[in-house]
Amino acid sequence: MDLKDLYRDVIVDHNKNPRNFGRLEPADLHADGHNPLCGDQLSVTVNMAGDRIADIRFDGSGCAISVASASLMTEAVRGKTLTEFASLHARVHELLTQHDSSIDPVSLGKLGALSGVREFPARVKCASLCWHTLQAALQHETNAISTE
Amino acid sequence: MNAATQSVIEQVGTRSVSSIRADFPILHQQVNGHPLVYLDNAASSQHPQVVIDAISQYYQKNHANIHRGVHTLSQRATDQFEGAREEVRRFINAGCSKEVIFTRGTTEAINLVAESFLRPRLQPGDEILISALEHHANIVPWQHVCQHTGAVLKVIPITQAGEVDFTAFESLIGPRTKLLALAHVSNALGTVVPVENFIAAARKAGVPVLLDGAQAIPHSVVDVQKLDCDFYCFSAHKLCGPTGIGVLYGREALLQAMPPWQGGGDMILTVSFEKTTYNQLPWKFEAGTPHIAGAIGLGAALRYLNSLGMQNIAAYEQQLLAYATRQLSKVEGLRIIGTAPHKAAVVSFVTKNIHPHDLGTILDTEGVAIRTGHHCAMPVMSFYGIPATARASFAFYNTFAEIDRLVAALHHAQNVMG
Repeated sequence: MDLKDLYRDVIVDHNKNPRNFGRLEPADLHADGHNPLCGDQLSVTVNMAGDRIADIRFDGSGCAISVASASLMTEAVRGKTLTEFASLHARVHELLTQHDSSIDPVSLGKLGALSGVREFPARVKCASLCWHTLQAALQHETNAISTE
Repeated sequence: MNAATQSVIEQVGTRSVSSIRADFPILHQQVNGHPLVYLDNAASSQHPQVVIDAISQYYQKNHANIHRGVHTLSQRATDQFEGAREEVRRFINAGCSKEVIFTRGTTEAINLVAESFLRPRLQPGDEILISALEHHANIVPWQHVCQHTGAVLKVIPITQAGEVDFTAFESLIGPRTKLLALAHVSNALGTVVPVENFIAAARKAGVPVLLDGAQAIPHSVVDVQKLDCDFYCFSAHKLCGPTGIGVLYGREALLQAMPPWQGGGDMILTVSFEKTTYNQLPWKFEAGTPHIAGAIGLGAALRYLNSLGMQNIAAYEQQLLAYATRQLSKVEGLRIIGTAPHKAAVVSFVTKNIHPHDLGTILDTEGVAIRTGHHCAMPVMSFYGIPATARASFAFYNTFAEIDRLVAALHHAQNVMG
């Protein structure tokens, strides 16, 4: 286990300076996510233009992996259609959880920096919380999302 | 100054800590390329070889189901199992072994008292008193009985240092209070609660007292008669014993009056479809085949701890606590959560820029095992307005050099996270 696989420069940077941090007001869509294991809490607000994510913000508190993952996600999904989001979410999920994944991290751009997370099984939930939360927002689910 | 540069005598009574460490095989391994530093003892402690041997000897030579068996192995197993009960009785100085009920752990012991002792006594509006320091195991069982009976859970607040507020307690205890359930030592903060004062006040008010002793019994001499509590609960696995076994001590008169909690084999005298008569104490509360090897392992653990002396263990652990508190306080941006003057060897802390969860991962890559999170005490975290802490918890087999390793790993974490 090499720590630098987990805390890559991109991750450290996005943790210290999260992008798109805050809340959209008003927002078309909103969902809260919670990881009871470590107390991570985040909320995602989204404005849509048709079926496209026009704008997105997140806020909350959590470990470096959850904050950086959320920050990277907001950059990656802005402008994406719901179908494109679903496909990206599936690929990120595979990258985070499957050791034999054939996905080239480079093809995911900055999100590829999350590929080290799968070597640290206890931390996968930290990285995936924001994605589950955004999915819930896009599906108009109003209940808080929990990783447990 | 670190341990290497000061003349520290690491000694538990007459034994050197290095010789004690030789008793614990698990401590001698590399984790992620570094010698293991195990500082998660409040979650679960490690086992000396004598405990591992007692369990494997039982399985290799003596295993059979206990009680009622007339064959040799069953008698041996019964003798060992009941012998362990007697070891527990001596260890906590209970009046008789009938007062020692084996459970799966502290949690089950508390649930037993909640369901069998308290629930039948509760009327709507009655009150159960706990503190804001409690582990979830000493909160949720009471919430259950409240839901079923209309009783109310009252919570004694804590101070900023993490002490249970005695003045507030005095105003909360009253004619409707049907039980006081208190942690003897806080698992999240390490606070030693001066339970003697609380028990004395509860006695005066005629309120029975349950102590959650899970975190106290590994670090101190516990004498249930001297404490004068009604129930005392603890788990073997925090005492160098196996998981899946624990103890409920209860005052005999109370246990006698309580109905059985779970039904099944071993807890009965006679069964017919018309009527069942129950076994006597302690077996009335031990339905089904128990964790025989667990009890035997616990007995061996208690003999081991007695050979070191709980007083000696407590004295050495206080030295570890003082050194850890001093060294951790020097780490820039680190804040210790829980600063009661009287603590067990537990240090909970947060750092300015690094989330506890990241600390836990980074320390692990340096071979240092600590716990991070809410420690099953979410109300304590809420009180301090934090989601989680990092917690280093020490046992008598830890060394000053290991505390230096912890501090060095924290500096490393600060470098990694920029």
